[in-house]
Amino acid sequence: MSILSKIKELFTLSSKVNNGGGEKANMKQAAMGKMTARERINTLLDPDTFFEFDLFVKHAGKDFGMDKKELPADGVITGTGSILNHPVCIFAQDFTVAGGSLGLAHARKITKIMDHSIKMGIPLIGINDSGGARIQEGVNSLAGYGEIFYRNTLASGVIPQISVILGPCAGGAVYSPALTDFVFVVDKISKMFITGPEVIKTVLGEEISMEDLGGARIQSEITGNAHFFANSELECFEQIKKLLTLIPWSNLKRADQFPPKRPKAIYEIEKVIPTDPSRPYDIRDIINSIVDDSDFLEVQEFWAANIVIGFARLNGETIGIVGNQPLVLAGVLDVDSSDKAARFIRFCDAFNIPLLTLVDLPGYLPGVDQEHAGVIRHGAKILYAYSEATVPKMTVILRKAYGGGYIAMCSRHLGADFVFAWPTAEIAVMGPEGAANIIFKNEIAEAADPNAMRKQKVLEYTEKFANPYVAASNGYIDAVINPEDTRKILIQTFQLSKHKKESRPQKKHGVPPF
Amino acid sequence: MEDQKKINKFIIDDTIYETRLTKKFLNRKPYVIKDPKKVNAFIPGIIRNIYVKKGQHIKEGDELLILEAMKMKNVLISHGSGIIKEIKTATGDMVLKDQELIEFE
Repeated sequence: MSILSKIKELFTLSSKVNNGGGEKANMKQAAMGKMTARERINTLLDPDTFFEFDLFVKHAGKDFGMDKKELPADGVITGTGSILNHPVCIFAQDFTVAGGSLGLAHARKITKIMDHSIKMGIPLIGINDSGGARIQEGVNSLAGYGEIFYRNTLASGVIPQISVILGPCAGGAVYSPALTDFVFVVDKISKMFITGPEVIKTVLGEEISMEDLGGARIQSEITGNAHFFANSELECFEQIKKLLTLIPWSNLKRADQFPPKRPKAIYEIEKVIPTDPSRPYDIRDIINSIVDDSDFLEVQEFWAANIVIGFARLNGETIGIVGNQPLVLAGVLDVDSSDKAARFIRFCDAFNIPLLTLVDLPGYLPGVDQEHAGVIRHGAKILYAYSEATVPKMTVILRKAYGGGYIAMCSRHLGADFVFAWPTAEIAVMGPEGAANIIFKNEIAEAADPNAMRKQKVLEYTEKFANPYVAASNGYIDAVINPEDTRKILIQTFQLSKHKKESRPQKKHGVPPF
Repeated sequence: MEDQKKINKFIIDDTIYETRLTKKFLNRKPYVIKDPKKVNAFIPGIIRNIYVKKGQHIKEGDELLILEAMKMKNVLISHGSGIIKEIKTATGDMVLKDQELIEFE
């Protein structure tokens, strides 16, 4: 055989496998509004940068007639490429081949690319579209999942791991995305659950559709399993690209620097906040008035909306922002919002992203449901995450900082590097009404006009304690600042914290209240 | 997912805040004090066997019924003594979590 015919043979062999499950299966995929695995990779990556591995890997199934079946690329495409010139490792499950089911060879292709991404220190992107375990392969399929989870855990905090759910992701398969840093879902396409509607119906007698059980909206709004919600696969890919510009390749690097940009003029910081602490406003308007180009990438926008988390740039450099949201549930901390913030803080700390905390909250949410859901252990996560973080930590108290909420929101006491307060700040054990009712309980009860007495005492308390100056007199805040100067001061303080070094006692790892 | 735009009143520490409420907050179930006279299903499942009858005197520790769930036949045992007022389920019934099964007098 001449060299030319050998090369021709290579092309023939690869084109046979390149077509995935074949024309019919590809058309079926398109009819579901889904791209094929290869289309997805080529759309997400920079043009002509995809380099495929393991195209000719064969599946390991021997039983139930599987030995006679050909499964092109064993239902998963793996390789390397770049996104906006950032190198990445990527895999995409191919639903057109045996429903993207996971057998041992399929899993080994994934773990191989995972090992590469950890070794090379570059992000890993996994596109999930799979019916689940390949049942014909039995325990080998379970072994495959386990080996993936193990690497997800090893890679955690080393390289950013991104999961994109573009189809079903059910049973054991969902635990890989759950172990990764960011989960992207697309409306009507993504479906995630441990046990599907049919099992639930036979075992428990509860009827529910796949969409209502674990569709993109449910995962984005109710469960908090997903971090980014998109209406189409293309929108989803744009979100991934944007996120990748804001985070570093690995824990040994910093995120890319960009030319600084001023916030857009429409966001006027002083006009956003009402002075009455019980009136709502959108904390994102404050964020937009501080960050470069008023460009804020919000994470988990729809879940636990009483806290806002996300990435932006300040003077061209990425920061992570955590802010109470007075617009939703008055910005209280509760089980979900504590979980949400704590995980985000740990991501930022692991990947050298400085933290900005914007405080305006009345405290923790009262209620039997909260107590019974374990708000003690969940609320403790946020204390743990802030205390543990050694990246630069800046805190600005905008308005209310009451009680446990004041401590939890990156106070000086949890190791904040700089704490600023606006003149509108109220740093106290609780709001004036609650405090007056407790401190002056007897005076109010015994007064001729209890209501008038209560009003007077609330006013007294407000004047004395509902301000930033008591905390300032103790040195718990570094400066009371003019809201207008917030951006300028933050740029200065982040700049001077750039080479911050803080050590922690030697340990294998801490034991956070998971 | 933009359906909770309404501004509501929301009280914390005697202060009334104006804010939006989340679906989860609106859907939370009020706490009900447990009635010791009622036996409820602790898990959804199927009633496989009922060992007791209406009017029967029950001692603490007596077996009441079998509730099969997740391929496990769970034996429900009486936590107290008393007379059965009513049995609100039958063998073969599929019951939901917290559904009332037996009421004591």
